[in-house]
Amino acid sequence: MDKKPYERVGLTFEEYERIVKMLGREPNGLELNLYGVMWSEHCSYKNSKQVLRVFPTSGDRVLQGPGENAGIVDIGDGLAVVMKIESHNHPSAVEPYQGAATGAGGIIRDIFTMGARPVALLNSLRFGELESDRTKYLFENAVAGIGGYGNCIGIPTVGGEVYFNDCYRGNPLVNAMCVGIIRHGDIKRGTASGAGNAVMIVGASTGRDGMGGASFASVELNKESQEKRSPMQVGDPFLEKLLLEACLELFETGCVVGVQDLGAAGLTSASSETASRGGSGMDIDVSLVPRRETGMVPVEVMISESQERMLVIVEKGREEEVTGIFKKWGLNSSVIGRVTDDGMLTIRDGDEVVGSVPAKSLAEDAPIYYREYKEPSYLKQVGVLDERGLEVPDDLNGVLVSLLKSPNIASKEWAYRQFDYMVRTCTAVTPGSDAAVVRIRGTNKAIALTADCNSRYCYLDPATGGAIAVAEAARNLVCSGAQPLAATDCLNFGNPEKPGVFWQFRQAVSGMSEACRALDTPVISGNVSFYNETDTDAVFPTPVVGMVGVVEDISHITTQGFKEEGDVIVLLGENTQEAGGSEYLKVVHGLERGSAPKLDLDREKRVQGCCLELIRGGTVKSAHDCSEGGIAVALAESCISGEIGAKVELEGCGREDLLLFGEGQSRIVITVRQSDLERVKDAASRFGIPVTVLGRVRGKELIIDIAGQRGIQMAVKDMETDWREAIECIME
Amino acid sequence: MFYAKVYITLKKSIADPQGNAIKEALLSMEYDGVKDVRMGKLIEIKLADKSSKEAEKRVRDMCDTLLANTVIEDYTYDILEVQP
Amino acid sequence: MKFGVVVFPGSNCDIDCYNALRDVLDQDTEYIWHRTKNLGSYDCIVLPGGFSYGSYLRGGAIAKVSPVMDRVVEFVESGKPVIGISNGFQVLVESGILPGAFLRNNNMKFICENVYIRTESISTPFTNLCGKGQILRIPIAHGDGNYYVGDETLKRMEENNQIVFRYCARDGEVTDASNPDGSLQNIAGVCNREGNVLGMMPHPERCMEEILEGRDGAVIFKSIINYLKGGAVNG
Repeated sequence: MDKKPYERVGLTFEEYERIVKMLGREPNGLELNLYGVMWSEHCSYKNSKQVLRVFPTSGDRVLQGPGENAGIVDIGDGLAVVMKIESHNHPSAVEPYQGAATGAGGIIRDIFTMGARPVALLNSLRFGELESDRTKYLFENAVAGIGGYGNCIGIPTVGGEVYFNDCYRGNPLVNAMCVGIIRHGDIKRGTASGAGNAVMIVGASTGRDGMGGASFASVELNKESQEKRSPMQVGDPFLEKLLLEACLELFETGCVVGVQDLGAAGLTSASSETASRGGSGMDIDVSLVPRRETGMVPVEVMISESQERMLVIVEKGREEEVTGIFKKWGLNSSVIGRVTDDGMLTIRDGDEVVGSVPAKSLAEDAPIYYREYKEPSYLKQVGVLDERGLEVPDDLNGVLVSLLKSPNIASKEWAYRQFDYMVRTCTAVTPGSDAAVVRIRGTNKAIALTADCNSRYCYLDPATGGAIAVAEAARNLVCSGAQPLAATDCLNFGNPEKPGVFWQFRQAVSGMSEACRALDTPVISGNVSFYNETDTDAVFPTPVVGMVGVVEDISHITTQGFKEEGDVIVLLGENTQEAGGSEYLKVVHGLERGSAPKLDLDREKRVQGCCLELIRGGTVKSAHDCSEGGIAVALAESCISGEIGAKVELEGCGREDLLLFGEGQSRIVITVRQSDLERVKDAASRFGIPVTVLGRVRGKELIIDIAGQRGIQMAVKDMETDWREAIECIME
Repeated sequence: MFYAKVYITLKKSIADPQGNAIKEALLSMEYDGVKDVRMGKLIEIKLADKSSKEAEKRVRDMCDTLLANTVIEDYTYDILEVQP
Repeated sequence: MKFGVVVFPGSNCDIDCYNALRDVLDQDTEYIWHRTKNLGSYDCIVLPGGFSYGSYLRGGAIAKVSPVMDRVVEFVESGKPVIGISNGFQVLVESGILPGAFLRNNNMKFICENVYIRTESISTPFTNLCGKGQILRIPIAHGDGNYYVGDETLKRMEENNQIVFRYCARDGEVTDASNPDGSLQNIAGVCNREGNVLGMMPHPERCMEEILEGRDGAVIFKSIINYLKGGAVNG
């Protein structure tokens, strides 16, 4: 059966009718293709928009919330952080090196298009179980791709996370986060305004990248178009480095009215979105766009996803300034049109007008869908966990070893060693601690950065899992000495047309929102990636939270490693012995079920507040939160990082395994001098949180006694070897 | 118009870990009897020179001064005359 | 005295070198755009790390034909000090100013980590404040740092005391395990015959401050300052 033209570009009949009504006529072939890309879920968020409205997005410090190319939050001293996270999942499944590389490239452009110099990259990666050849291939190449791009452009990759779970086998997730620093006065926006101002395209020339899968409806394509389409976008980090330097130099001239990078849907999205934001129109001539392929027809030029290109709106008469700067850096820059005041996106090919539609209709008027949602049937079944049926292992040391070797907990050094995390000489805390810390030259401050999500919790309870992702991110920042300020989110889910998946989506957003409100970390930017599923299985709901915090004084910077013999180890919060969703339950008992750990946001806020106050008072020597693997793994990690042992006593009641490895929330393990212990107890009392002295830093072994019985006793060197070499052994 | 194909390889005396990794992979894929693999680069150049002798001289110069690092690399080339 | 940090299209560590010299060591420092024709006002030139020209073809291969390099060659011939770090070392080697060539790291991956290097020669402008055999903890960040040089040339270099740094273990022993990339004889840095040009793969500009990777890199820049002030060159 022949598909209708509108079907071939992914539009429904109703959407087509809506377009006809808006235009007062039928769209021509080119115009239909423009609606096809702009009204796709990826560009229009038509399925997710109404759910995302739940997020808190404003606050005293928010200078730019969602709606622009990236979010901006104030950090004091006239400076602000520009931040965003984005997915590049489907391309990475096809070609992991280029998929991950261009993912990094795209997010970097989103930052410098706001006028900021990018200062750090983080990534959140998820693959199937590591033992499979396919996973190793994807992991190896995605890491190489991120390194290849980030290292070449000179932006340090300072942190992130990597998870392995069978649910990602057919659908790897590659989320890239970038952060930049900007002075308030230098902020640029993606707005086209001022009739007569020049519209310029700068950077790489345009080819047929990223159009391999697109279906062109009702348009004359020549033979070359059919043959030469490339399904993959290929990145050129060197060109992007030049583009970055040229743009930052250009912004200093003050001649730029608005700027946007060309990402998904290329020139179509950049032109329609900037015009729409400015309440303007735009008249562009595709024949003026520099090309690297012959015989490109207008629709190809409009939809191409060739990398490393920007759209710049320049004050009329100052176009030469742009050309001069770009020539210095060896890059193209061409005037392709003018801003108008008629609200229309008019596209010419030379003298001939080949399309003209209201810019707003492309950028903002896609329909909003209220998808059906229903709690999926798997939940009731998987929420049941009979703990009595779980044997308490005899060899707790062996359990700890298997957790330390579990790829989800083991050292990720194999990966991050391939990233230059030191370039720009601002990385005060390098990968391996709770959060990365990047100092800010010219001030006494630093920012702390993290990306977090435990998707297993989200699978068991999307609302709680979503809230925990936010809470854990904030907790990691606090442990590093930072006040959490704002969040960016990358929401990775399955097919939203399935009510069960859409229910997960709504729940996760709801849980995240509640946590963001409680912890005062508004969502300033983000991205949604749907359709992460193949055959019948969707990925676990995976709402990744990227967060930034401000370290007010670099003397507050704290790391997770134990520091000195004799320091007292203190737990802020309490051990709850919850088995549900834990790495222990999966690794030792082969189960992914139960209830996600409970999260009391009020308790969480107090624990974080107490820890930060103590850090700022100079009391805390190390801080590490409890997450996967519970308190035993947290203590082991602090011993390994600090290259020193500890002797700890836990009050026993109930099962030892759940006490050691349960993943109860809102717990931070700190170490302090003996002489500061009263101060800690006093702070805990004021904040109304439980506080327990666990033991002392000492020796060369981690010893954990439970109610007087030996529970764990392991040489730190041995734990380190297991933890450090696990992933390397599997990969090499 | 001339079309030069320049092949650049590591000198025989230099270890080639990439070539080796490829050989191991091929053997593991059960391509028996793969004895040796070396990896190099192919650079294709279109030149508007007047004669093949001129083209050849220029290609050799390009190799010596830029395309190959003669401390560690060897090169060979084919030059064909083609329609412009 | 004035330091100049060359900036090629694609250089990244130029800002790090600039900050190390100007902010940490309080030296008069300028950036030198790769099209600059005149290097007369500088007392020392720094070729920084990064990915000049994307490191396409080979690291440093295209940078060597950059306009500024003719001037750098003249600067070298005048006897003034030049230091090339990481990609900068690659540029010096591709230009023929320093001997040798670079291959891919033998594990075929980019490596970013702290390593230990042993000071083999203290009679250069870059190491005159070091002790003989002094161990420095300095980070590397490279994918093609595997240094190679032919037997004959190596012999001459050893005779002329041109091996300046070798990768070593924490205790100073030069071992295979302490060689991060397969470099011949653990060579991490060399100088030219005249001794006024140093190339090193590790990044001293990354360890100038306690908040970062420690301060072991400072002695190299301080040695240059000492030399320019007319301080004694050891050995």
